[in-house]
Amino acid sequence: MEYFLTYLYVFLVGGFICMLGQVLVIRTQMTTARILVTFVILGVFLEAIGVYDYIFEFAKAGISVPIVGFGASLAKGAISAVHSRGILGIFTGGLEATAGGIAAAVIFAFIFALIFRPKTKKS
Amino acid sequence: MGKEKKNQTIKFKHPPKIIGNYAIVGPKEGEGTFKDYFDYVVQNDNFGEDTYEKAERKMLEHAIMGAADKAGISTKDIDVLLCGDLLNQIISSSYAARSFDLCYLGVFGACSTMALSLAMGSAFIDAGHFQNIACATSSHFSSAERQFRYPLELGNQRPPTAQWTATAAGCSILSSEGDGPIITSATFGKVIDFDICDVNNMGAAMAPAAMSTMLAHFRDTNTTPDDYDLIVTGDLGKLGSEILIDLMEEEGIKLGINYCDCGQMMFKHDQNVFMGGSGCGCSASVLNSFILRKIREGVYKKVLFMATGALLSPTSCQQGESIPGVAHAVVIEKGE
Amino acid sequence: MEMQERNKRYNDYVNARIPKTHAWPTLLRAFWVGGVICMIGQGITDGLAAIFPAMPKLAIASYTSIILVFIASFLTGIGVYDRIGAYAGGGSIVPITGFSNSITSPAMEFRSEGLIFGLCVKMFTIAGPVIVIGVLASAFVGLIYLFI
Repeated sequence: MEYFLTYLYVFLVGGFICMLGQVLVIRTQMTTARILVTFVILGVFLEAIGVYDYIFEFAKAGISVPIVGFGASLAKGAISAVHSRGILGIFTGGLEATAGGIAAAVIFAFIFALIFRPKTKKS
Repeated sequence: MGKEKKNQTIKFKHPPKIIGNYAIVGPKEGEGTFKDYFDYVVQNDNFGEDTYEKAERKMLEHAIMGAADKAGISTKDIDVLLCGDLLNQIISSSYAARSFDLCYLGVFGACSTMALSLAMGSAFIDAGHFQNIACATSSHFSSAERQFRYPLELGNQRPPTAQWTATAAGCSILSSEGDGPIITSATFGKVIDFDICDVNNMGAAMAPAAMSTMLAHFRDTNTTPDDYDLIVTGDLGKLGSEILIDLMEEEGIKLGINYCDCGQMMFKHDQNVFMGGSGCGCSASVLNSFILRKIREGVYKKVLFMATGALLSPTSCQQGESIPGVAHAVVIEKGE
Repeated sequence: MEMQERNKRYNDYVNARIPKTHAWPTLLRAFWVGGVICMIGQGITDGLAAIFPAMPKLAIASYTSIILVFIASFLTGIGVYDRIGAYAGGGSIVPITGFSNSITSPAMEFRSEGLIFGLCVKMFTIAGPVIVIGVLASAFVGLIYLFI
C-alpha cells in the first residue's frame, strides 16, 4: 500500500511537470533547449528557496527524474560546497553534484554515436 | 513605391520545348498522391550512400541522366546545366555537375529554383545561344533537416504549421528542336517580405511573394486565372495556398478550382506531414512527373507553374530577421 | 510606416489562420508518458536500494540518473526515442532522458563531419545552454548562500 501511494505520487507529480513542459511546447512553440533551460532554472530556484526537499519527500522520482531534479542537484551542490569550502564552493559545487549525469550523457552519447546512424523520421 | 509598374515578364519568340523530363523521389514521397507518375522511387533514403548529402547528389545525377535519356540525347549533347538546391553553397548541384562534361550555372532561388532555372534556360534558348539546356533541382528531407532544423533523432514535436521537405529531384531538358510542351513566357519575381519570422510557417512567408508575381504575370500578359487550365504554385502548403487565395481575392482576382499547390498535393492526408511538402524537389518532381505528363496527354493545354522560395538561412533566423520570399513563374503550353 | 501597418495586419491575419492544436490530447499524452518515465526512475531507485542496502542515498540517486541516461541514449541510437518524442512532446523532453536524447542525437547526426569537429563539437548544440545556465544559476545561488 505504501509502495502504491509512492508510485501514484511519482506518476502524478512527474506527469504534471511534464504536462507543464507540453503547455510550453504548444503555447509558446519553445524549442527543446529552451524548455530544458526553463526547467533547470525552476529546479535551481525551488532548491534555493528550500521548497524542493518538501516536494521530494512525497513525490520522490516524480520531481527528481524531470530535469528539475538536475537543477536542484546543481543548487544543492553549490549550497553545501559553499558551506564547507567557502568561495571555492561557488565554482566547484554545482558541477560536482551533477558530474555523474553529465559524464554519463557525454560518454553514452559518444559511444552510441559511433555505433548508430541517424535514420529519417517516419512522421 | 513606384507608380509605373515595371514589366517583369518575358514572352518567348522561339519558345523552347521540354523534350525530356525525369523525377526521382524518396520512399515517403513514393507513397504519396503521385506515386504512379514518378519515374523512379528510391527504396531507401540514403540511396546506398553513407551520408544524406551524397544521397541527394546521387539523386540529382540520376535525374539529369534520366531526363537526357528520355529526351533521346546523351548528356554530352547538353550545353548548359542550370541547377540549384537548398544546401549551403548549393553543394548538391555543384558536386553533381562535377560528374558531367558540361557547362554549369549554379542558381539559387531556394524552393523556387525549378521555375527560375526553367525561366533562365528558356531565355538562353530563345535568344539562340544554346540548343539543349538541362534544368534541375533537388532536395532531401534529412540533409535539409540537419541544416535548417534539428538532428533527426531528437525527440521533439513538429508544430502544426510545419511542412515536410520532400526528398526528391527533378530535371527537365529544354531544347530549341524536337517535340514536347513549350514554355511560352516567364515572369520573374521580386523579393517580398511581409515580416513573418516563424521558420515553421514558410507558407505564410512565401504567399505574399506568390501574390506579387502572380499579379505581375496577369498584368503583363493581360490574362486572368480562367485562361489557364491549371495554376500551380510550388510549395506554399495548405495554409500558404489558402492565404494566397485570400490575398488574391483582396486584389480582386479570384483563384478558382484550377488553382492548386504542389506541396499540398504531394502527400496524402494520413502521411503526417501537416501542411504538406516543401523544398526544391517538391515542385520539381511534381512538375516533371504529373504535370508534364498531363500536358503531353493533352489534359492540360496551358499551365502556369509558379515555384515559391523562402530566402532564409539558419543564421538570419537566429539573428531575428524576418523571412523574405520570392516566386518565379513560367507558362507551359501543349504546343502544336 | 505604411509598410509596417501592412506587415502587422498580415501577421495578425496569419496568426488567426494558423490551425490550433487540440491541447488536451497532447497534454494527456505528455502527462502519462512523463509519469511513466518518472515511475521507471522510482523503480530503478527502489531496485538499487533493495539489491545494495548499504549504498548511500546520494549514490543511488546518481546511479538512477546514469541508468536513465543510458536507456535514453540507447533508445535514441536505435531510433526509438524520436518517435516517443513525436508522440509525447514535453512528456519525453522534460525528464532527464530528454537531456540525454538532446546530447546523443546531435552527436549521431554530425558524426559524418568527423570525430572532433562533428561529433565532439556538435554534441552540445542543444544541451549546451542547459549546462551553461545551470552552472551560472547554481553559482549565483552559491554566492547568495555565501552571505547568508
